[in-house]
Amino acid sequence: MMRSPRELVGGSPEATFPVTFDGRELPAQQGQSLAAVLWAAGILAWRTTREGGTPRGAFCGIGACYDCLATVNGRPNQRACLVPARPGDSVTTQEGTGHADLAV
Amino acid sequence: MPTSPSEHTTPDRTADLAVIGAGPAGLAAAVTAARLGLRVTLLDAADRPGGQYYRHPAPALGATRPQALHHGWRAFATREAALRAHREAGRVTYLPAHHVWTVVPAGEDGWILHAVAGHAPDETPAALRARHVLLATGAYERQLPFPGWTLPGVVGAGGAQAMLKNNLVLPGRRVVVAGSGPLLLAVAGSLAAAGATVPAVVEAAAYTAYAPQAPALLRNPAKLVEGAAYGGALLRHGVRLLTRHAVTEAHGTTRVEAVTVTRLDGDWQPLPGTARRIPCDALAVGHGLVPQLELATALGCATRETADGTAALDVDAEQRTSVPGIWSAGETGGIGGAELALTEGEIAAHAAAGRPAPAALVRRRARLRAFADAMAAAHRPGTGWTGWLREETDVCRCEEVPAGRIREAVRDLGARDARTVKLLTRAGMGWCQGRMCGPAVAALAGGAPAPDRRPLSCPVPLRHLAALEPQAPPPASPDAELPAPGH
Repeated sequence: MMRSPRELVGGSPEATFPVTFDGRELPAQQGQSLAAVLWAAGILAWRTTREGGTPRGAFCGIGACYDCLATVNGRPNQRACLVPARPGDSVTTQEGTGHADLAV
Repeated sequence: MPTSPSEHTTPDRTADLAVIGAGPAGLAAAVTAARLGLRVTLLDAADRPGGQYYRHPAPALGATRPQALHHGWRAFATREAALRAHREAGRVTYLPAHHVWTVVPAGEDGWILHAVAGHAPDETPAALRARHVLLATGAYERQLPFPGWTLPGVVGAGGAQAMLKNNLVLPGRRVVVAGSGPLLLAVAGSLAAAGATVPAVVEAAAYTAYAPQAPALLRNPAKLVEGAAYGGALLRHGVRLLTRHAVTEAHGTTRVEAVTVTRLDGDWQPLPGTARRIPCDALAVGHGLVPQLELATALGCATRETADGTAALDVDAEQRTSVPGIWSAGETGGIGGAELALTEGEIAAHAAAGRPAPAALVRRRARLRAFADAMAAAHRPGTGWTGWLREETDVCRCEEVPAGRIREAVRDLGARDARTVKLLTRAGMGWCQGRMCGPAVAALAGGAPAPDRRPLSCPVPLRHLAALEPQAPPPASPDAELPAPGH
């Protein structure tokens, strides 16, 4: 049987709840960051770059690289590796600057 | 949005010592200083003490054995218990989720620290006064770019470790670990223990590079045992260690599917005809660590170049920086690991309290620093690594500046340092402000490693800046800086 991080450290989360990514429901454990919720679901990319439009996700994991920017509950440019998941959170793929609505 | 015209000052008194960073160095310093009678304020960007090294799952994740992901957990647990006791006794004010973004002089009173408190979207400004300041801001990972390093699934080795320790998640099931430095062995060990398959650890240095450093190694038998333990763990998990090799390309379209591993010469130049492919669904990569110096350089603290080719703070025997009243401990003074950080934190606390440091601490620091220097020299990137870049390989991830444009700025436009390259190409002007590409750009420009110069050490909402009292001097730097995300 495949071992998991959970088996390594024992115990179980106090609560699990759903968050959505582009409308798709994902299970979150209380205490996880949004980036971790996405990784746990096998999702590694949740934004595209401003110039090349290439996919990006979490890279440094500690808030230094800003590659994991996401639109969270309608607010763009949130570092998903730092933002704790909360019940009902909605993460949407962020394209470019996340401010396309301001383009003239 | 709050419209309060001024920051709330927390707490309502001047601390004898403000410690910035609750990793091994800051935590040890705070509890030691409190024991020696100082009134201490400990500020940390994270929600719980421990820093990057002792990152551990949030309490709500309910881990009953967090120590299973750690080496030397007892050293942390005893300090954390001491922190709790000092807080209850009113000797330490612990401010988690406080990201200090600048420290400014306040005349004879010492210093004022400005911080962003809490998490977006509810962050608030905070400020406090302290007579002395200890910078224990740690380090982040050094990255050297290669074709494909922006593909999803290519993650920092330290990043994979942080996400595992903090959140109990893995980036993939089959993870190659690559780069250089002792962190790779620890990362591979914990990924494997957590259920990942690690087909190889790819280390660019040769461990024979340690041979000239034998005296420093032999004075640290515990460190050799630690290294052997990592080696043993890798053997048990069937992980191959390839030294003097590098991942020179990551393959895939929407995510990494395989990597090319190439043999290197002594200068880290890829050797033609030695490439082979290893299938994987993630790559954890890092080339050592870079001291995090924004606050220090903004204060004017002097730096030095370390044996691994990074800039670190120049400190004296009592952990003082060149700026009176500002101290440093741990990775800010040169990468050396958790045990050295704990020791330096305790020495700095003694000095700040006006006490001589115990001789045993001073001896331990000398022994561990010698070991750290030996490792740093062995893993210093060879100049040939730029041989695995292609002209179209993005070096600056944020601004998507390829190696060819940087080389053009150096070759045709006369750029001789990272700063000029930045002005000509925008490399380092994006979100991360050069934290990821800085060392690589400096190397391509042929310059020495430049210490961080960023007037703000983290995103600060503009409304917080606007609310600053007029007498607070503005952060002085001509460099561009981004406002906080979402503001």
